[in-house]
Amino acid sequence: MSSIAKKENLVYQRPALRTEKEYSFCPGCGHGTVHNIILEVIEEMGLQEKAIGITPVGCAVLAYEFMNIDMQQAAHGRAPALATAINRMMPDKAVFTYQGDGDLAAIGTAETIHACNRGENIVIFFVNNGIYGMTGGQMAPTTLPGMPSSTSPYGRDVETMGGPMKITEMISQLDGVYMSTRQAAHTPAYVRKLKKAIRQAFENQQARKGLSFVEIVTNCASGWKKTPTDANKWLEENMFPVYPLGDIKIDGKLVK
Amino acid sequence: MQKEFKLMKGNEAVAEAAIRAGCDGYFGYPITPQSEIMEYLMLEQPEKRTGMVVLQAESEVAAINMVYGGAGCGKRVMTSSSSPGISLKQEGISYMAGAELPCLLVNIVRGGPGLGTIQPSQQDYFQSVKGGGHGDYRVIVLAPASVQEMADFAVLGFDLAFKYRIPTLILSDGIIGQMMEKVVLPEQRPRFTEEEIRKNTPWATVGKTPDRERNVISSLNLIACNQEAHVNDLKKKYDTIEENEVRYETYQCDDAEHVIIAYGSSARISRKAVDLLRAEGRKVGLLRPITLFPFPKKQISDLVAKKVKGFLTVEMSLGQMVEDVKLVVNGQTKVEHYGRVGGSIPTPEEVADAVKSIM
Repeated sequence: MSSIAKKENLVYQRPALRTEKEYSFCPGCGHGTVHNIILEVIEEMGLQEKAIGITPVGCAVLAYEFMNIDMQQAAHGRAPALATAINRMMPDKAVFTYQGDGDLAAIGTAETIHACNRGENIVIFFVNNGIYGMTGGQMAPTTLPGMPSSTSPYGRDVETMGGPMKITEMISQLDGVYMSTRQAAHTPAYVRKLKKAIRQAFENQQARKGLSFVEIVTNCASGWKKTPTDANKWLEENMFPVYPLGDIKIDGKLVK
Repeated sequence: MQKEFKLMKGNEAVAEAAIRAGCDGYFGYPITPQSEIMEYLMLEQPEKRTGMVVLQAESEVAAINMVYGGAGCGKRVMTSSSSPGISLKQEGISYMAGAELPCLLVNIVRGGPGLGTIQPSQQDYFQSVKGGGHGDYRVIVLAPASVQEMADFAVLGFDLAFKYRIPTLILSDGIIGQMMEKVVLPEQRPRFTEEEIRKNTPWATVGKTPDRERNVISSLNLIACNQEAHVNDLKKKYDTIEENEVRYETYQCDDAEHVIIAYGSSARISRKAVDLLRAEGRKVGLLRPITLFPFPKKQISDLVAKKVKGFLTVEMSLGQMVEDVKLVVNGQTKVEHYGRVGGSIPTPEEVADAVKSIM
């Protein structure tokens, strides 16, 4: 082993901006990967001294324990409001929010839409796993039709509970949004695409182009009551058809 | 230097004084009777004068969370609203209390409950001095009784907020917000530079430099004993504030046998009532709490010790501050309340009659 473990053979390492704190996420969860990629991009772009991240309420509430940058913890759904003020008063910083689907698409819908509409020069990371993870698997606005959750135990009934909300498509209609894209993080190939998108988002932010919105469709093995492997299979077979991956808006123009 | 006098509404005075206090950002949402604050700021364009940001948010909820974000960066930030809007902001104020963030809040109180009325009221006393949102906490509460104090307290409010890392609330009402008076405006002071923020508020999130650990602004503490220690630390801070920051004014109290206790607009009206009663040869005085938290407990106790025969609180409410006076007096002498509600304003004659009824 010692003959292999050399610097020149290294293909992946712990991001330099990761703290020593172990991730508290469930086995198979996508959050850790997304955290890592964001930190890699911040480091590679040399933004550590400019970066100010806003954490949500939800599974990523403790992101500030894992990311070695200045961070603020927001009330549920309000991260884009915090980011707005920080961006307006310190326009030279690199401000981003990291939010889940309950935080961004339910309780924080107004803050999301209006930050997008004002074209705040921030990056919004939206991790969509179709369920409330931290509180124990309740229905989210993004839960699929018929999908069971602890508050839709017989499956989401679209007649009474509404259908899955495609908020990334919604906000893409607003002029203030410069870039929107939907990515995944469960295989190395998807991670490479995601990293490119995250880098583009921060480049837009640094070039003061307006708001960049990166949705990442991930699994929630615990909330979905599946093994991590089955959850990833279910993700591809059920989530991707409803939430198709790819760019939605690039350089301020909707992708045809 | 010659003093600069202006004739202004209370709402305009607090806005102009905030610019001059070196405010970095105002975040608000329209609601009567305080909309002139944001209107004044938008018209004045302070971004051209000092670089101050003025932003109309999508809701009171968003506005207070913008204040949280700005305060977390060590900025002098503020919001203003009126009663129903302040209720919406309470979650954010609780978070700011928990995260120990300084800010200036202005409540131009209107009558409630619910949508109530747009007329003046003092029915938000409990909400203001007992915390207001969830959890054990306090904010510093300043109660102006003039347009001049609206201006003065903008400066004082920011200074107290930063001294103690605590939200400071100017608890005013629709009378003082809307009426015009002569006011001497404070001199313009500079906004904080990033260098000053890094030095004076080392906890602020302005970007991690290699010479320090990362800064985190949060009110979350999942370990019970840590949260208990944090809340106990907050209590120590509130005790220090009670020790050092009580502000009040007395009028004709030296030989008073009966004392009116009133703040804000009610204090103005009660002062006139004292004059009416003194003209009849009655020994009546007025204690005006200027800070409602911290509350002038010692000053009330001193009056009790001087054998005052009775207190009358005058407040445009069903009787809220009266409970705090009763706690201090602790049954040693008579304490009664007189109030009008729903936007009705007591006259000096009504107050004088109410004083006579406790004699």
